[in-house]
Amino acid sequence: MLSRTADNLFWLSRYVERADYLARILETTSRLSVLPAAYAGDSNEWTRALATAGCLNAFLAIYEKPTAETVTEFLAFSEQNPSSIRRCLETARFNARAVRTALTQETWETINGAWLDLQKMDERDMVTNRISRFTEWVKDVALRIDGSGYRTMLRNDAYWFLRLGFFTERADNTARILDVKYHILLPESSAVGGGLDYSQWTAILRSVNALTAYRWVYRESLKPWLIADLLILNEELPRSLASCYKNIVECLDSLAGAYGRQGKAQRQARTIRTSFENSVIDQVFQTGLHEFLTSFIADNNRVGAAIIEQYL
Amino acid sequence: MYLADIYGKQTCVKAGIVPEDLVWRNPAYRPEMAGVAVPHGVYVHIAGVDIVRIDADDFYVLEDNARTPSGVSSLLGGREICFRLMADLYGAHKVAPVDNYPDELVSTLRSVAPRGTTDNPTVAMLTPGQFNSAYYEHSFLADKMGVELVEGRDLFVRDACVYKRTTEGPKKVDVLYRRVDDDFIDPLAFRPDSMLGVPGLFGAYAAGNVTLANAVGTGAADDKAIYTYMPEIVKFFLSEEPILKNVPTWRCRDPKDLSYVLDHLPELVVKEVHGSGGYGMLVGPQSSKMEIEDFRARLKASPETYIAQPTLALSTCPSFVNSGVAPRHVDLRPFVLTGANGMKIVPGGLTRVAMREGSLVVNSSQGGGTKDTWVVEL
Repeated sequence: MLSRTADNLFWLSRYVERADYLARILETTSRLSVLPAAYAGDSNEWTRALATAGCLNAFLAIYEKPTAETVTEFLAFSEQNPSSIRRCLETARFNARAVRTALTQETWETINGAWLDLQKMDERDMVTNRISRFTEWVKDVALRIDGSGYRTMLRNDAYWFLRLGFFTERADNTARILDVKYHILLPESSAVGGGLDYSQWTAILRSVNALTAYRWVYRESLKPWLIADLLILNEELPRSLASCYKNIVECLDSLAGAYGRQGKAQRQARTIRTSFENSVIDQVFQTGLHEFLTSFIADNNRVGAAIIEQYL
Repeated sequence: MYLADIYGKQTCVKAGIVPEDLVWRNPAYRPEMAGVAVPHGVYVHIAGVDIVRIDADDFYVLEDNARTPSGVSSLLGGREICFRLMADLYGAHKVAPVDNYPDELVSTLRSVAPRGTTDNPTVAMLTPGQFNSAYYEHSFLADKMGVELVEGRDLFVRDACVYKRTTEGPKKVDVLYRRVDDDFIDPLAFRPDSMLGVPGLFGAYAAGNVTLANAVGTGAADDKAIYTYMPEIVKFFLSEEPILKNVPTWRCRDPKDLSYVLDHLPELVVKEVHGSGGYGMLVGPQSSKMEIEDFRARLKASPETYIAQPTLALSTCPSFVNSGVAPRHVDLRPFVLTGANGMKIVPGGLTRVAMREGSLVVNSSQGGGTKDTWVVEL
């Protein structure tokens, strides 16, 4: 397939995944921000949301103060934020249109339909009154795009590049959310205890769609090291780093099989996957959670770069 | 044959069938093509012939489209939609299917691959990109044909061969169905400011290593000035009378015709020789005095750039419009495919409708609509 097509597919799914992630951040943040200070802590939840989305500096260049309204506007709709949900969906649709022939009609219509819906939305009204309806809609769009691809696309290189984009972005997002909140996951900080941490932990799990999953896997109350274990090492959780890398390795192997050639991307991804398989969460805490996550984000970027260099 | 002749031996010019200046000074004539042997001798792989019906028996050719005729996606899409809405009608009337068009197109394109290429030539479709108004048709057709839709930047030329950049490295392209105009296909050969083309593409084409469909320079055969000579051209090459007649046409370059046209402007349709898409034309009976006078001045200033035709009583077709069902004027564009093994035509065509009451202008760029067209088995 054309390199440009692969490139567009890879970024199309990355943008869809990012939009979904931003919607989850907005959702959990608005949930936290309405809690009494004793539960939510005194730090500004909206500032933290920007840090989790990786765009605090970009925000401060435009706005003075992070408030519910400004952050929601910035993350959801701002034209000046290249990673706002609106811009993500627009870019995804632009990429999809450029590679219309590589997508099935169902997948294309889902993306295009979402873009058309977006044109009709009243942003002001959404920001002030109905942000939860908006975030529900975004999550639904991501589900439908993912699902229509899964159900209708041929299992060939187009499909694998699309999947690679989803998993690369998802791994990055999970690692970031953990990194921004790593201090509340450290065992010693649990001494602070109480309602505050509990709501923060719940928020982390919610933002990766794993609150119910946690209870099914561990069958006990929330423990920070178990949350880290679930999100980093548990292959059963679709948003865990280990699961993302299991899938990335599978997609890259399928590509290598189809093209009859292995490369740097395959080697690097396999190394990361093996390191997850051989790790236990105690080790991760001993090396330092923050250091672990920082080095993972860098490794993940390197795999992304290797994919681009090798194929796109 | 006409194109092979004007880019080759030039017999029809020498025999005085077509005036020299209409050939050599035609902006669509490409001197670069002179002496280039096109693969399998086919110039116009896809032709759109606009046909109108003016009374019970008479069909006229209104116009030939030999460059990159568009609209086939409306033909296929219209059939698909109507079939969904009125499936029972199709069963009752035995309507000949048209959905094999993409297959016929791709096999036509494969048949004209340069000699010496593999048994399995690679076909690709070249589009200007998603900002082009016909991008939907390009992607739709490429999808239905199962060929790669490429942009100029996806291709490159090495050793006079065309390659596409793929995830598995460069891959050779044998046939390019290009929907980019001559001017823009190669910045080295034609417009240097073109961002849509592939540098060196024309060189590869002239070297015979890639087939372009349609060939470069086909516009020299379809403009409205050459149109008036078509009956003579057909007779010259085939020694036969054309079956489909041309609309009687006055050539404004001819002083006698010009004075007739100027005297009868309110009854005539005047068109620019090199115009298309329904731009720059005058429909006499439907124009105001001022518009007519304005056109008269333009005609006098450069008569050779205009032709005139009688305002035809185009046939109408019942159409569903806001006020209900009403007659609207139509024309028909069948698509003729020409490959190494002869011509093919799917039983159907694009019927274009002038949506405004009384209007004779069916071009989609002027708000025209389309209709599904049936060829019925009786």
